[in-house]
Amino acid sequence: MADMLTVRVNGVVMCVPPGFTVLAALDRAGTRTCRTSVTGEPRGALCGMGICQECRVTIDGRSHERSCMTLCQDGMEIVTGD
Amino acid sequence: MIEADVAVVGGGPAGIAAATVAAESGARVVLLDEGATLGGQIWRRDVLAAPKGSAAAWLDRLAASGAEVLSGWSVFDAEPRRLVGFRGIVRFHQVVIATGARERFLPFPGWTLPGVTGLGGLQAMVKSGCDVSDRRIVVGGSGPLAIAVAASLAERGAHVALVAEQASWVQIRPFLFAILREPRKFMQGLDYALALHPGVVRFGTWVVGAEGRDRVEAVRVTDGRRTWRERCDLLAVGYGLVPQTELAALLGCRVEEAVWVDREQRTTASGVFAAGEPTGIGGVECALIEGQIAGLAAVGREVDHLETERFRGLRFKDVLKTAFELRNELRHVPRPETIVCRCEDVRLVDLEPFVDRRTAKLVTRCGMGPCQGRVCGDSLEFLKKWGPNEVRPPLMPTSVGDLAR
Amino acid sequence: MADADVIVVGAGIIGAACAYFLTQAGARVVIVDPTAPGTVCTAACMGHLVVMDDSEAQFALTAYSCRLWTDLAARLPRPAEYEPRGTLWVASTREEMAIAEAKSAFYRARGVEAHVVTQGEMAALEPALDSSLPGGLWVPGDSVLYATNAARWLLDQSGTTVLREEVVAMGGGRATLDDGRDLEASVIVNAAGAAAPALTTGLPIEPRKGHLAITDRYPGVLTRQTLELGYLASAHGQATESVAFNIQPRATGQMLIGSSREFVGFAPGVNRAIVGKMLERAQRFVPCARDWHVIRIWTGFRPCTPDNLPLIGPAPGDATVWIAAGHEGLGITTSLATGRLLADRWAARDSAIDPVPFAVDRVAAGAHG
Ligand SMILES: Cc1cc2nc3c(=O)[nH]c(=O)nc-3n(C[C@H](O)[C@H](O)[C@H](O)COP(=O)(O)OP(=O)(O)OC[C@H]3O[C@@H](n4cnc5c(N)ncnc54)[C@H](O)[C@@H]3O)c2cc1C
Ligand SMILES: Cc1cc2nc3c(=O)[nH]c(=O)nc-3n(C[C@H](O)[C@H](O)[C@H](O)COP(=O)(O)OP(=O)(O)OC[C@H]3O[C@@H](n4cnc5c(N)ncnc54)[C@H](O)[C@@H]3O)c2cc1C
Ligand code: FES
Repeated sequence: MADMLTVRVNGVVMCVPPGFTVLAALDRAGTRTCRTSVTGEPRGALCGMGICQECRVTIDGRSHERSCMTLCQDGMEIVTGD
Repeated sequence: MIEADVAVVGGGPAGIAAATVAAESGARVVLLDEGATLGGQIWRRDVLAAPKGSAAAWLDRLAASGAEVLSGWSVFDAEPRRLVGFRGIVRFHQVVIATGARERFLPFPGWTLPGVTGLGGLQAMVKSGCDVSDRRIVVGGSGPLAIAVAASLAERGAHVALVAEQASWVQIRPFLFAILREPRKFMQGLDYALALHPGVVRFGTWVVGAEGRDRVEAVRVTDGRRTWRERCDLLAVGYGLVPQTELAALLGCRVEEAVWVDREQRTTASGVFAAGEPTGIGGVECALIEGQIAGLAAVGREVDHLETERFRGLRFKDVLKTAFELRNELRHVPRPETIVCRCEDVRLVDLEPFVDRRTAKLVTRCGMGPCQGRVCGDSLEFLKKWGPNEVRPPLMPTSVGDLAR
Repeated sequence: MADADVIVVGAGIIGAACAYFLTQAGARVVIVDPTAPGTVCTAACMGHLVVMDDSEAQFALTAYSCRLWTDLAARLPRPAEYEPRGTLWVASTREEMAIAEAKSAFYRARGVEAHVVTQGEMAALEPALDSSLPGGLWVPGDSVLYATNAARWLLDQSGTTVLREEVVAMGGGRATLDDGRDLEASVIVNAAGAAAPALTTGLPIEPRKGHLAITDRYPGVLTRQTLELGYLASAHGQATESVAFNIQPRATGQMLIGSSREFVGFAPGVNRAIVGKMLERAQRFVPCARDWHVIRIWTGFRPCTPDNLPLIGPAPGDATVWIAAGHEGLGITTSLATGRLLADRWAARDSAIDPVPFAVDRVAAGAHG
């Protein structure tokens, strides 16, 4: 597929179709944990619509971005454990 | 800066309908939505399927209407005649608030494990590319959404092991009668039922806990007499929908659970209309009617011809409200050590000394995190009958750079 | 029999500190407040415990009070979020370096540690600051606090009863509650913050509105409370509107961004224009702040007097009414000293600092510029 996008999830390169959210890229990478809570618990996406803030990750160096609201772009660098 | 006769906030069915009819009458209309693509919750763009049916028809009609569509445009602040978003400022004469609803979550032991999601939440994730094929999924909570989501998950190859609807069979009878009177809703319900294995749906059954190490592995459910365990890879639970009224409140509209509107969808604030879920949970048909009324009224057109359908919608809203009323037992599901505020990891026991939300927040940090009490506030409204959060700009986390502009 | 020796009206940080030291001095204290303790101005502040030098009297009060906080520090509970972060005063122009020099000399001469830092030294201390800034002043002894929980702890420690009632009048040895009841005591302390003039007519206190913005968590990006030297001009002038750069890294890893000052009465809404200026200024000093997510903005009303010094002591004309109000933007810092001064008066003992500059009759109402 020529129009696939290449992103990196915690350093690992993967391809996703356009229209996928960052959260979907994480899902495809087998990563369910997006961030670490203030007491150190693993957390993953809850609401899927931008409300709960549980899906925050670091995207291209910007921390606390909502992965469920952000579409993948070619070359994106995604890091979990926000 | 963008100038408009009518600005519509929210690109779900209500907002799409409002923007379309207002633009068709010749007004300069902008439609703003936070999402990367239009559609709102139910018509959210599906990465694997093109829009069909009424969604496709409305999206085509919107495209032809001349309304300007601005996606990825979160409105974080508003003042009379002015909306402020991540991408700039919109000046308007009339505004239609169609900000939809969010899910109500109720805490239960283990609900913070990754893999425990909302109902609509999981559906949205699937539409945006998450894969559920061959996953064993338990669906829980309440409302028509539970069955709809379960059916759509099954369609995507998931193994739906159980749908636990907290309302009893008897309680939802009025809802079933209402559905019988509406052919479209009835046919849809039938579709859903056929997509699921017989016996999967259980009424009067609710989730009491999730288990797992780093992710959910099993769920415990009860019907009040018997409690059992179901293995699962994902657990989707939501206890109905809550109108998103924050933007309306910021603009000074009267809000009591939902935004108050008159027969033309006019709020109590001048030049401000509201349509769809912010005015009370009623589903997509209701949202489309209210959206059209708001869009027409905003450009000074007659709305009488839609009055009957509007009333039908209002009746349906009432039915929904009582048919899926949350049972008292749900108040006793969270344990003292269960986290209530997920942003700040505040536990139920930490809230015990307090009688009001503000003091509890100031002392324990409950509701102080980035979601600003959107999640814990809705659950505490049910658990402790605490009043709503005070609304302030920004409506969502907003960068210093955007706020300084 | 009287209901108490002392009735304290208002359970903000000031009332709490008064209750704390008065009970230590042996007084039986009742505190009256219709709202939960520490949830009015005390909940709206930054909680910077800072030595300031607008006047000798202000320096004496703030330095003394900061010492009292340091003494208490080890006992404060974790939710009080006490942290000895120190203050980095930043010069925005070469000319302001002269202010840093003068301030340093003033502090050192009075026994408070302070160091002038060069451009390079400042960049090493706080790499997030704009590297073109010329330098500043480092005062290591200052600290930060979460004032609501500190106030509640002070109240708990004092063991005072808190009556959730509103006081509608005070004087002649009694406080009248809104249900018509009278409470009697030999002294009534008016610690009602910005609302104090409603209970003691003629007090020259006006609300001075301030905005703060709190961000998501960015731990370690800044480690010191960092503010501009020009802050003094903003705080201590009586201009109708001003902003200054001020960022406080919290124990949570969040950044608290200030600050603004306005005289607009009690209008609690967010003033977008002034918030814009405030955040613009934050970005100018800390460029990476541009990407920080602000999660909430709020406002509070500093109880402001014409000379920026609090009113501490008996009210003119009624020896049973004592005032402990008007602490403007320093009430968290100066609360402990205020409580001590009143407790000293109650116990008829000498105070560690001269109370005369804070006497209530020194300034007249309506003297605001
Ligand atoms: C998570 C979820 C899933 C659902 N799934 C289904 C389903 O499968 N089937 C079904 O029948 N019903 C479903 N519903 C119910 C559905 O919401 C309604 O029936 C219908 O979509 C209501 O339309 P609406 O236009 O009022 O709101 P929505 O469709 O919710 O649209 C609101 C839009 O406003 C936008 N918005 C909100 N605030 C702002 C802001 N400040 N700035 C910019 N944009 C903003 C949102 O991004 C959203 O796109 C779901 C609801 C939720 C919450
Ligand atoms: C934006 C901002 C930032 C600040 N930053 C700092 C800082 O960094 N460092 C610092 O030292 N200070 C700071 N301050 C100042 C500090 O917050 C105040 O000086 C301090 O909180 C004043 O305390 P208070 O007890 O007098 O007032 P309050 O906390 O307002 O308490 C007064 C109490 O009196 C009660 N009351 C009022 N009327 C009645 C009545 N009729 N009967 C009974 N009770 C009544 C109220 O309910 C309230 O609880 C800041 C203030 C603001 C607004
Ligand atoms: S999952 Fe809730 S904000 Fe993304």
